[in-house]
Amino acid sequence: MAETHLSPRNIPDRLEGRSARLLKSWESLLLVVACLIFLGNSFASPYFLDPWNLSDATFNFTEKAMIAFAMALVIISGEIDLSVASIIALASTAMGYAVQLGFDTPALVVVGLSVGLLCGIVNGLLITGLGLPSIVVTIGTMSLFRGLSFIILGDQAFTGYPDSFSWFGQGYVWWVFSFEFTLFVALAIVYGVVLHKTNFGRAVYAIGNNQTAALFSGIRVGRVKFTLFLLTGLMAGLASICLTSRLGSTRPSIALGWELEVVTMVVLGGVSILGGSGTIPGVVLAALIMGMVTFGFGLLNVPGIVMSIFIGLLLISVIALPILWRRARRRLAH
Amino acid sequence: MIGRPHATSEWQAANGPPLPASGERVGVRGHFADCCALDVRHTNQAELNLLQDQTTSRMKPAIALEGISKSFPGVKALSDVSLSLYPGSVTALVGENGAGKSTLVKILTGIYQPDGGSIRVADTETTFPTALSAARAGVTAIHQETVLFDELSVAENIFLGHAPRNRFGLIDWKKLNADARALLHRAGADFDPTIRLRDLGIAKKHLVAIARALSVDARVVIMDEPTAALSHKEIHELYALVERLKADGKAILFISHKFDEIFRIADRYTVFRDGTMVGEGMIADVAQDDLVRMMVGRAVGSVYPKKDVVIGEPVLTVSGYRHPTEFEDINFELRRGEILGFYGLVGAGRSEFMQSLIGITRPSAGAIRLDGEILVIRSPSEAIRSGIVYVPEERGRQGAIIGLPIFQNVTLPSLSRTSRSGFLKLANEFALAREYTSRLDLRAASLDQDVGTLSGGNQQKVVIAKWLATKPKVIILDEPTKGIDIGSKAAVHAFMSELAAQGLSVIMVSSEIPEIMGMSDRVIVMREGRIAGRFERNELTAEKLVRAAAGITEAA
Repeated sequence: MAETHLSPRNIPDRLEGRSARLLKSWESLLLVVACLIFLGNSFASPYFLDPWNLSDATFNFTEKAMIAFAMALVIISGEIDLSVASIIALASTAMGYAVQLGFDTPALVVVGLSVGLLCGIVNGLLITGLGLPSIVVTIGTMSLFRGLSFIILGDQAFTGYPDSFSWFGQGYVWWVFSFEFTLFVALAIVYGVVLHKTNFGRAVYAIGNNQTAALFSGIRVGRVKFTLFLLTGLMAGLASICLTSRLGSTRPSIALGWELEVVTMVVLGGVSILGGSGTIPGVVLAALIMGMVTFGFGLLNVPGIVMSIFIGLLLISVIALPILWRRARRRLAH
Repeated sequence: MIGRPHATSEWQAANGPPLPASGERVGVRGHFADCCALDVRHTNQAELNLLQDQTTSRMKPAIALEGISKSFPGVKALSDVSLSLYPGSVTALVGENGAGKSTLVKILTGIYQPDGGSIRVADTETTFPTALSAARAGVTAIHQETVLFDELSVAENIFLGHAPRNRFGLIDWKKLNADARALLHRAGADFDPTIRLRDLGIAKKHLVAIARALSVDARVVIMDEPTAALSHKEIHELYALVERLKADGKAILFISHKFDEIFRIADRYTVFRDGTMVGEGMIADVAQDDLVRMMVGRAVGSVYPKKDVVIGEPVLTVSGYRHPTEFEDINFELRRGEILGFYGLVGAGRSEFMQSLIGITRPSAGAIRLDGEILVIRSPSEAIRSGIVYVPEERGRQGAIIGLPIFQNVTLPSLSRTSRSGFLKLANEFALAREYTSRLDLRAASLDQDVGTLSGGNQQKVVIAKWLATKPKVIILDEPTKGIDIGSKAAVHAFMSELAAQGLSVIMVSSEIPEIMGMSDRVIVMREGRIAGRFERNELTAEKLVRAAAGITEAA
């Protein structure tokens, strides 16, 4: 027997210290990129470093980033939710409709959040209840939810939101810190803690790496996934409140194409599109990078169509880059 | 034997001219059809055997292996094995798991290269350096899970890579479908060749695979446990088909654990044990008992570290467990400190039953008592909470979570214990993981390492550690040493024995007779979803186990 002449080995917990692991991570690469873009922007335009300008810049990404946090969890668990932008449209339409019925700001917030939550429940039930693939379900509900807003709105727009409602998209909590940016920071912390510090977060990683083994290990896979789709719905509702409040009006084309930008943000943040890995700090950095690039282009008067080309190129390269990065890391490890 | 490239297009393309029209084949087939196939229905078995014997004795083997040896690091898989396959004859290859059957098939199909020995095809010495060269020599294999393409039509599957072309160089669909229909007819199937393969049942897929073998003019057909996934009726269709292949002059190697089918369709037998050939001859000259003895004939049990344990009171009682399709009428008791072995053939319903005990599948009726209390288990998490855990057979799919580090794998079902109000406590996790992995003598560089970087044996230790860390009362180990190296095997066995001595109750599902006999206090044999026999340790013999599992009556 092997045991009789071999004493049990002492296996160390970790081989590398915290700093060594941090240094080799995707997030540290993102941080370098973010710094470079920041420097580039400040040289490119003398207006960039103005605190109020920077504050304005945050509106480019805060709403998308709220959804991106929840989306990161969904993608880590091996699923995807492509209906988020349509949920924004439907929630915004519902709020506009509620305004016509004379609802006040608190009631509007409730309507926005409930519609988001409801849409999340629909997705969640179809995916976990019926066991349908999320990519198909959410492409379906993407058309469905936006189609509903088109039917309700036609080619008109809802306006006339109460003045107090504008605070969510235009108000400031303190000095240059807007409500949206504050919410972004708070949600980053909440999602970071949930994903990295709780049993729930561990379950998300386990499901993303091996759903069957996770089930055998006593994880309630269906329940976890349902919760995740509920969260993306809720976050889309929240983003809808902020966006509607910022624009002051609702059109059925509101937030058109955002689902791709949100997915780009998540993947750029180092979340594997195949599920199983990724971090919230990575998504935060990716949000900052995308926001700064958009703002930098704006300062340089780059036309909108170039932005769209840039987003397309970014999406392709961020899917390729992490793979190349991992290959390079593996080579370093050997 | 998974993913063999025999279904890929290149070897088909390289495999010479397209299929001759079915009419041209009649002449080739005539001789055998006259002497065997047409007579089958009218001749009794003895006469047929006589006929067969004469046929094969004057016949040169279609393929002959001589003195084949093959070693893997630490294991001698085959040593000095010889095997001849004759045209128009079915040779049954029997042996326990690990006897070297699969290795031999892989050598025959060019996936492994033998370390020594020779292969002769029609009297010419040859080698199969690649799967392609074996296929060119006319060796084809039909597996349990046949490698075909679900989304293509039946005809496309048959002719993939060598489809008939029209004068524009495009696929001649009319001819393709007509030829496919003719081939299917010869294989004994009369379904439409234009239907999609995915719409067929497994038995009909076998027929398609056979039609494909006919289309490339295979000389040698290897059938590796072809009936394992088939129903009773489908098995009979398969028998008819084997007869037809025989009539076509194919040399057939038939691998099976089921004695009834071996005696029903085989003409010759070859028995492997521990990588050597221990017997061969005509089926007509051998009794089932002789075959069983040859298969298991060795002293077993001596190398297993089974400790003598005082068996305590009943811990788990299962009564009247049944499932609409998988198992029926399962009743037994498991006592404290006991290792209860579950033996049976692959597909006997053992894993399905065990998975119903932990709430993966739902039984249609039945009750469990744990420590005297009636228990309803609807999910694995409830099973874990009540103290019943299952170490699954498919380590890669159901056990280890590749991509997560070792310590997270170990603590996953125990998170509620290591965490505080839902928040992870990494220090507790490392402590728990260290405790159980060191008890299992895990070999790893660090606990933070991805479990996917470990060897199979060490992954299995992580999976077992994961379940033990939940502090169960009952642990079910499903094929705990399947596919792991000898050193890890010994560690797992020693640990299992130690656990039982500490008062844990163990259920061990295994298809390896030495393991079952070496480790179990009691053995339950399952066959076709039912309990087919119960044996105490002192009355265990390999023969009894094999008989019960294969359904051979004592009198035979």
